[in-house]
Amino acid sequence: MTPAMIDDTTLYAVLAPFAAAAVAPFLTRWFKHNAAWPLAIVPALIFLHFTGFVEPVSQGESFVASKAWAPSYGVNFSVYVDGLSTLFALLISGIGTFIILYAGGYLKGHPQQGRFFSFLFMFMGAMLGLVLGNNLISLFIFWELTSVTSFLLIGFDHLRAASRRAALQALVVTGGGGLALLAGFILIIAATGEIEMSVLLGSPDIIKDTGLYLPIFLLVLGGAFTKSAQFPFHFWLPNAMEAPTPVSAYLHSATMVKAGVYMLMRMQPLLGGTPEWTTVLPIFGGLTLLVGTILAVRQTDLKLMLAYTTVASLGLLVMLTGTSHEKALEGAVLYLLAHSLFKGALFMVAGTIDHEAGTRDITKLGGLRSAMPITFAAACLAALSMAGLPPFIGFIAKEVLYYGTSGWLEFWGGPITVTAVVGNALMLVIAAAVAIKPFLGPKVGTPKHAHEGPVLLFAGPVVLSVLGLGLALIAHTTGELFVGPTLSSLMGEPKSVELHLWPTKINAPLILSLVTIGLGIVLFTQIDRLRAIIASVLEVIGWGPDKGFDQFVAGTVSLSSRVTRVLQNGKMQTYMVLIFLFTGLAVLLPGYLTNSFPAMPKMPEYRFYEWGILLIAVLGLIAVLVAKTRLTAIVSLGIQGFAVALIFMMFGAPDLSFTQFMVETLSVVILALVMTRLNLSPSDHRPLSAALATGLVAAAVGLGLSLTLLAITQQPFDSRLSDFFTEFSRSIAHGRNIVNVILVDFRGIDTLGEITVVVLAGLCVLALIRVRTKPDKTAEASEQDALKAQQAEAR
Amino acid sequence: MRTIIFRTIAPYLSALMVLFSIFVLLRGHNDPGGGFIGGLIAASALAIFGVACGVASVRRAIVFHPMGIAGFGLFIGALAGIVSFFKGQPFMTSQWWYVKLFGVEIPLSTPLIFDIGVYLVVVGAIGSIALALEEREAD
Repeated sequence: MTPAMIDDTTLYAVLAPFAAAAVAPFLTRWFKHNAAWPLAIVPALIFLHFTGFVEPVSQGESFVASKAWAPSYGVNFSVYVDGLSTLFALLISGIGTFIILYAGGYLKGHPQQGRFFSFLFMFMGAMLGLVLGNNLISLFIFWELTSVTSFLLIGFDHLRAASRRAALQALVVTGGGGLALLAGFILIIAATGEIEMSVLLGSPDIIKDTGLYLPIFLLVLGGAFTKSAQFPFHFWLPNAMEAPTPVSAYLHSATMVKAGVYMLMRMQPLLGGTPEWTTVLPIFGGLTLLVGTILAVRQTDLKLMLAYTTVASLGLLVMLTGTSHEKALEGAVLYLLAHSLFKGALFMVAGTIDHEAGTRDITKLGGLRSAMPITFAAACLAALSMAGLPPFIGFIAKEVLYYGTSGWLEFWGGPITVTAVVGNALMLVIAAAVAIKPFLGPKVGTPKHAHEGPVLLFAGPVVLSVLGLGLALIAHTTGELFVGPTLSSLMGEPKSVELHLWPTKINAPLILSLVTIGLGIVLFTQIDRLRAIIASVLEVIGWGPDKGFDQFVAGTVSLSSRVTRVLQNGKMQTYMVLIFLFTGLAVLLPGYLTNSFPAMPKMPEYRFYEWGILLIAVLGLIAVLVAKTRLTAIVSLGIQGFAVALIFMMFGAPDLSFTQFMVETLSVVILALVMTRLNLSPSDHRPLSAALATGLVAAAVGLGLSLTLLAITQQPFDSRLSDFFTEFSRSIAHGRNIVNVILVDFRGIDTLGEITVVVLAGLCVLALIRVRTKPDKTAEASEQDALKAQQAEAR
Repeated sequence: MRTIIFRTIAPYLSALMVLFSIFVLLRGHNDPGGGFIGGLIAASALAIFGVACGVASVRRAIVFHPMGIAGFGLFIGALAGIVSFFKGQPFMTSQWWYVKLFGVEIPLSTPLIFDIGVYLVVVGAIGSIALALEEREAD
């Protein structure tokens, strides 16, 4: 069905968070942390706006809205609302509402809270623009904007080196992947001629038919895998836990990292179903799932455990998306929904524990249930959903995805199912560890005296974890309103979904679920031993992508400094030789490579005075070469220049000749003046070899330019331009001197630019001369100080 | 360099050159010449005057700082382009006025103003470089 046009309200909904970002600092200055309440209205309203789409979208409708941005390039700011984007928009704005509230409580009294709100809102807007983006280019802009804003958020605590490193790492990895995505988009646009996602989705085979499928597939994958922290790009996500917890809860569990999954899901109708898709995605997704869960078990820090399970969950989603199989995709959608709810809640719980008890290390926590009963309840509900136990949405998701993987997929079915079972069992272990360990058992002394947080802190976890239960209880409606439309977007055709809370009969998924739960419980009892084993294995391996990133950065820095030391060594000579060397190569090499040097023309009949001028020019050149002192050489060069000016004059270019005379005069004068200032020795004392090498470069440039000129003059003369100027300079510009008319009239703006350059160049030269003439006493003094400091350091 | 003959002649020579440069500037639209060449001539005049009589006397003679002259040139060059806006035409569309003075029709135009701007830029920029380079010799 073709999408229906809607009014611009949805466009404003995408932009609303940016407006909120602008006012957030002021509100925070006036209301302190209570600014969270009015600010949360913004995402709440956006959420309400998108709930309006749920009903029509579930009927199979879709919508587009568009505003011209750079119309000459086909770039519009446009949104496309269908099942998938509605689900994501609801998650972003809905969870966003609680994150804003939570941030109000969590960063209460923080001097930079207003700035924090701003970043958070900008991120929200970027994320909304991404998931709703219709135009590929504007979609990409929002995609990179999420990288940039998450850089700001992760590095929020910028005084800590670890934060800065994590932020930089996230930006390098996701931003670099984003460039791959851009290349992929450009290929799509070039190959199909379409720039709007909705149009592309209208004809699903459009990319597969172009013959550019493989590069497009790989480039899009590069963007999606880095963004969604797929193995081997998984390392940045746990490091990003350096960010304040509200950020972790929002970006790294509920939204940002899902951007990659979103991109894969969005592309599934266009790119999916091919052998490449169904091979690469499940392998990397499965690997990520296993690596993520195993690394999660090893951690004792609540946030890190959750972070690694996020990596694992993303792997699971990618793996399921990679099957291109209806039931597995349905499982993916359900799991996406479930994961957003329980992970958002658990992150906020972890943050609350950290905030109230002063530590996040589960080995130092215990018995908090009586001190924090509401948080405990929320944690339990969310963890049960994460563990995949009934009657929670996580359970339904697990059932459906097992249903999808087992027995339905011929070749990959077995490995995928085993991977999913192991991954889910380990997920259950983490869920239990996160929810049980800090709250149950004997009370442990914590750095801070733990007590229940304010409503700002527990509102989010409670609502999200209860939703995880509620949506499962109304499973049928959930399937109809949210899962079905999203699945339709993924499949590219209308699908309806029927969900049941309780399994209707004993079948493979139920048995797999029981196996998962059993395995999980066994592993949980052995968690300490498991942790030790993993730690020792990791120690043996030693090297990881995280370390690799550091080595990569260090390598890049040392490489660039080495290159700089060679190329930018501060010696004018080196610069000039390099410049001329490459100029020579540039003019000589093409002719040499294509073997197309111009033929030497026949010597024309010169008159005696023409021979005379030529002789003067050559004599001038010889004089330059044999000159004993520099001043003589400069003046001799002037003689040569004058001869050239005479040649110009004779062959009908009086303007050029005139200019040449003046330029030669002035350059002799200025060069002579410069020489006296530089305190050079009057003559040149280079060894012969150096002089010869420079001479060789000079000869190459000269030869190359001569050959180029010859080649040009041998082309048939294209007189269109000169005809135009000859014809019109009199009638339009009222001038007979065509050169001058071109300079000041036909191409006046060029000249305006040139005289601007002349003024700036003059200013620069002046500044350089000034620096030299008046040696600054204070500068000298500070230089000496620096030298002393260096010496002291060396000692 | 500062022979007495050179020092005596230089002011007159420079004055002549500046006069000639203005002549070259104004004839540019129809005959060889124009702002750029004129500016170069005037800049050499300043340089020669400076070599002969010292930079201080050049600075006194031209009253303004040469870089100021260059900036002013750029300013009126841009201004000449803006005139066309008042007629609703694109930037730098040339405008012509024919003024009768003592029975002689003198064509005036924005390209002429622009050319004068070019002239001043070249005089100012090149002149200031030359003067700055000469200055060390004076002190």
